[in-house]
This record gives sequence, C-alpha cells and structure tokens, in this order.
Amino acid sequence: MNIRKLLVLAGLGLAAVGTYFGLFVAPPERHMGDVQRIMYVHVPSAWIAMLLYTLAFGFAIALLWSGRQKWDDLMVGAIEVGVVLNALLLVQGSLWGRATWGVWWDWDVRLTTSLVMAILFAGVLVLRRMAPNEERRSQWSAVATVVAFIDVPLVYFCVRWWRSLHQIQSSPDTVDPAMVLPLRLNSFGLLFLALAWMLWRAAIERSSRRASEVPLPTRVAIEESAHA
Amino acid sequence: MSSLLALLSKDLLLEWRERARSLSVLLFAVVTLLLFSFALGPDVETLREATPGVLVLALLLSSTLALNESFRLEREDRALEGLVMRPVSLTALFYAKASANALLLTFLGPVVVALAVVFYSLEIDVATMTRLVGLWCLGAAGLAAPGTLYAAMTSRLKSQDVALPLLLFPLVVPVLLASVKAMGLVLTGDAMNQLRSWLTLLLAFDIIYWSVCGLLFRFAVEEGE
Repeated sequence: MNIRKLLVLAGLGLAAVGTYFGLFVAPPERHMGDVQRIMYVHVPSAWIAMLLYTLAFGFAIALLWSGRQKWDDLMVGAIEVGVVLNALLLVQGSLWGRATWGVWWDWDVRLTTSLVMAILFAGVLVLRRMAPNEERRSQWSAVATVVAFIDVPLVYFCVRWWRSLHQIQSSPDTVDPAMVLPLRLNSFGLLFLALAWMLWRAAIERSSRRASEVPLPTRVAIEESAHA
Repeated sequence: MSSLLALLSKDLLLEWRERARSLSVLLFAVVTLLLFSFALGPDVETLREATPGVLVLALLLSSTLALNESFRLEREDRALEGLVMRPVSLTALFYAKASANALLLTFLGPVVVALAVVFYSLEIDVATMTRLVGLWCLGAAGLAAPGTLYAAMTSRLKSQDVALPLLLFPLVVPVLLASVKAMGLVLTGDAMNQLRSWLTLLLAFDIIYWSVCGLLFRFAVEEGE
C-alpha cells in the first residue's frame, strides 16, 4: 500500500471518530449551544490551510533555489488544496457568524485576512494558467507564492489595527478536554487527507509535465498504437 | 549604482518623450476622482468624509495603467531582451524601473490632491496639503515595488490588463489600509495620536516590498527573455 492510500485511510478513520465525538460526546457550548460544534471542522480547516500555504512557501523557496521541477509539482498541490480548504473555511465561518453574531460577514481581522489570503493564492493559480511556457510557469508561481505568503502577516497586522470582533484563540488549558479531543482528532484527520490530496495533485502535475515533454511525433505514434 | 542611475534616467527620458502617455495617466486619476463624486452624491459632507478612500483608490487605479504601460514599451521591439543581455544586474534594472514608476505616480499626487481640495471643498491649509501629498508618495512607493515585479511578468501575457490588477490589488491591501487611515487622520485631526503608528506601518510596508521584490525580480525576468 502506498503512502497516499495509507494517509487517506488514517485521515478518514480519524475524521470519522473525531466527528462522532464532536457531534455526540462533546458537551454543547454554554452560550452558543450546538452551533458551536461547527468548530470541529472550522478550526482544523483554518490550521491545515495555513499549514499548506506554509508548505507551498517552503516549496517555492526550494524551487527558486534549486530550479528542480519536483518542487513545482508539490507547490501547486499545496496551493490548490490550501485554496479549497480556505474557501471551505470562509463558508463555515460565514454560517457560524450568522448563527452567533447575527451577520454573514464582518470586517474583522481574521475574516478579512482569510478572504485576502484566498484571493492571493487563487491569483497564483490564475497566473500559472496564463504563463507562456513551463519554465516561466514554475518560476512565476514561485515568485507569486513567496510574495503572497509574506503579505499575509502584513494584512493580518494591518486589519487588526483597523478593527476586531472575532474572539482571540483559546488554549487547550481553558477548553473542556471533551472538546479538545474531537478537535485534535479532526485536525489530524484533515491533515492526513490534505497531505494525501496534495501528493496526488503533485503526481498528476508530474505526469502531465512528462507527457508534454514527449516530442509530438512520438506522442502521435504512441496514441496511434494505443488505438490500433 | 551607476548602471541604476543610467537606467533610471533612460526611463525618465522615456516618460518625458512620451508626455502624452504620462498625462493620460494623470487624466485618468482625475476622471476617477470625478466618478467617485458622482457615485457618492453631491452632498459635500459625505464627499469630505470619503476623501482619503477616494484619493487612495484614484492612486491605485491609475497605478495599473502606469505599470502596464511601463513594460509595454520594453516589450515592444524586444527592448527588454536587449537590456537583459547587457552587463547590468537585473536588480539594478528592477530598482530603476520601480523608482521611475514611483516617481510617475508621485507626480500625480499634488495635482489630484489639489483637485480633491477644490471638488470636495476641503478647508485645509498648505501644511495639511503637503502632508497629504507626502502620504500619497509613500502609498505610491508601496504600489510601485510589487507593481513593477508583477508588471514584468504580466507584460508577457495577452491578458495583461486583467492579470495585473487581479494579482496586485489584493496584495496591496495593507498599503491601501494604512494610507487611507493616515490620510483620514491628517484630514480630521489626530486626537488619539495614532498617525505616527500608521505612518510607521506604511514605511515598514514600503521597506518590506522594496527589498523582497528586488530579491525576486531576477526570477520574474531572466536571461534569454
């Protein structure tokens, strides 16, 4: 069994147990009631999206440093999965905000930063699609990824000064252990799933790059022999 | 350093010879100012309150025009390719281009601020106006560095007019916020003594963008362009 399948199985198992604990075992929150249970997917989404962007930044630096294409494969995997989780994060947050704050959106520091972050990294993917050739594509994506990653703390800092409503982070010391357990299980579950997904995406990128490296006459010959 | 100055004077000479182009950027900024006045209504009070935001947006929108233009010329007749083949460092090329763009945007400042004073009946003295122009310049510098980096990349694309704002606008949110806040404090009075911190923030962004983008530029434009 390869590493990706192992990650998927572990991830699904952990997420299933975590979700069960989150929905049925953990106590409801005193003020928000059952609505708070969305935290068991919301907080892991945020953590793992941030982690993936950090990985993408690392891969981008490695690519610029070494020029090796395998970093580009991993970088695009990390960014794509990160953007999807980031989008989910925004939707979950919006639902939670509607239920507890009474509004779908607020210009609070974490909401605004998450939105800007999603747009920044989606921009990297757009630039990627537009690049004129393969070498440009990987270099440009790496440059845009580095700039976007450095920009995120600046946005956070700036919006924090601008205004704030979102609660500050809780630490495990102040949270009921029955709530910490499902949160941890779900976080690791999502981490494994996201890593598997990233590796899969990287493998697809590698295959398509190799396919495009095959000279056209050979490719036609291969296709013809496949049809024959 | 000497190559940086030579490149910068080349860029400024180009701007001077193509005055019509620079003037059209200025005219665009003025039109933006005008459009915001129509959108926000004739009430002077509302307009006065929105002035910092309108000024910064005028700067932001006209910056994409200026940035796109600055590399369009270099791509024409493959001038950039010739430049890259010369023994000048790409870092010098970046700083010259970014400085020229920052200067062009700075030059819009006094005119647009003066027009805002007239259009929105701002009752401010010369010192306040100078401070507004100063903040405009800091904002322009914050836009010019990442703008030049991205324009170098997007200028190779057919859809450069779409790509540049798409990539640049979310990136410069910190510059936009800090400039709007600082301009607002200059206009309405700084009772809580916050101006200094926003100014420091804006300066810090400028320094970060100028250094990071300078480092990355050689990956965006490479030998054999």
